[in-house]
Amino acid sequence: MTHLLAPMLALTAAAAAPEPALRIAYAPMLDAEAKAEAPVIPPAPLPLDATPTQRAMAPPGEVTALADEGLRIGKVDVLAGGKLLLTNGVSTLEGSSGGGLARWATIGGRQMRSGIGLSAHGIAIELPDFGWRSYGGLLGLGDRLELSIARADFDTRDAGALLGIGQGYTFNLDTFGAKLRVTGDAVYGETWLPQIAIGVEHKRSRDAALVRALGAADASGTDYTLSVTKLLLAQSLLVNGTLRYTKANELGLLGFGSANAGYRVQFEGSLSYQLSRRAVIGAEYRSKPDNLGLGDDDWMDIFAAYALTDHLTLTAAYVDLGSIATFSDQRGGFLSAQVAF
Amino acid sequence: MLLTTATAAALMLLQQAPAEGTDWDAEFGVETKERDPVTDEFPVDPYPQSNANAGAGPYNSARLVEAFGGREGIRRIAERTVELSEADPRIAAIFESHDMVRLKRTLSEQFCYLLGAGCDYTGRDMRTIHAEMGVTKADMNALVENLQAAMRETGVPFAAQNRLLAKLAPMSRQVVTR
Repeated sequence: MTHLLAPMLALTAAAAAPEPALRIAYAPMLDAEAKAEAPVIPPAPLPLDATPTQRAMAPPGEVTALADEGLRIGKVDVLAGGKLLLTNGVSTLEGSSGGGLARWATIGGRQMRSGIGLSAHGIAIELPDFGWRSYGGLLGLGDRLELSIARADFDTRDAGALLGIGQGYTFNLDTFGAKLRVTGDAVYGETWLPQIAIGVEHKRSRDAALVRALGAADASGTDYTLSVTKLLLAQSLLVNGTLRYTKANELGLLGFGSANAGYRVQFEGSLSYQLSRRAVIGAEYRSKPDNLGLGDDDWMDIFAAYALTDHLTLTAAYVDLGSIATFSDQRGGFLSAQVAF
Repeated sequence: MLLTTATAAALMLLQQAPAEGTDWDAEFGVETKERDPVTDEFPVDPYPQSNANAGAGPYNSARLVEAFGGREGIRRIAERTVELSEADPRIAAIFESHDMVRLKRTLSEQFCYLLGAGCDYTGRDMRTIHAEMGVTKADMNALVENLQAAMRETGVPFAAQNRLLAKLAPMSRQVVTR
């Protein structure tokens, strides 16, 4: 009995008093090894098709409103992003992707090929006699098609009374746009081949009776556009040009055409310089017809755009809209915010 | 039932254990590549070497080379770009099972050649390398972002960064295959 118990007691004693040095030495060694690797990259969220347990156990990744992985439905990436910063442009007054005043050949939204993207924006312009507010959204389908919608409210403030249409009369304009990338790539591919897009903008003035009384032939009309865009990387320059076949008076706020004037080709363009991945500065120019004989001027601006995050872009500009409805020297500030996925 | 079990048991007992130290790779004809003891790279099949494989001609500007921190800076940027991309969940899978030692060297040579820092490019041409990789434009964007991060860390001015990208961007036609 005793000779059986002795080794058992010895075993128990060994279990009760394990060599503490071994166990304690382990942890700092593991820590030291982990520190030496020093991963700089934040941990990535697991793909959506990982098992729920795995996803629950995984450390949280960088948090954004919709994360950066988006959603995959069939073969379509929904809101998964992928574009380089600022290559989706910023929203124009008419809701299309562009540079503020001028339409670009870019497709809005942050999606890549076989992806779907969304973007929403708001714009405010303060002029000596008028105020402009517009807002809208767009849907980007792959690197091919952009469908946009925007609403503009143009407040005439005191000028309204002087023009005899009423103090603070506000013109409203709805714009429905579509843009199709025909060929080329704004960033990649041959340097001489820009991104080329064609498009339409159907606009409907919500002040039909008034704009007809002002001399416009129609309360709705459609612009046709041909745009080219190229990022000249060697010069850090983004060049845009658009030919617009239009009969709109002040973008359509004052209706379309007149008794003796209709469609005409107009030019809008912008030139911007990349200061960094996130910041660009530039200038824009947009010619406009003067169908109503009210001294409708060409528009121009200098602007700065900043991508605050992958999703949020802010634009500030100094705009010179010339004479609007006989009120001259309409120069002021332009602010816009765009959220894109 | 009993017979089957008994037969199985008998067969199991009759089986001979494989000899100790069997070289299973040799048994199954698995070929292993050995890293070159000097370069630490895996050997590749021979191919005609030419600077034309770099995909574009070089700049001729001492200031540009200086902006990148000379050959040493360019090498660090290339290696860092590869490291960031290996750790980038968006594109890490593309780099798996490729020779990162060799990629770091050839990418560094390519950047060095394109920037006119006086290196020769000894890698293969862009189309051959990327033929089977199935790279998308989104992958290319991810790589560009990693390269930009590497250049930013090294303190390359943005305009100079863009001049390197200007050489690389047109190569998307050979790199992006889907």
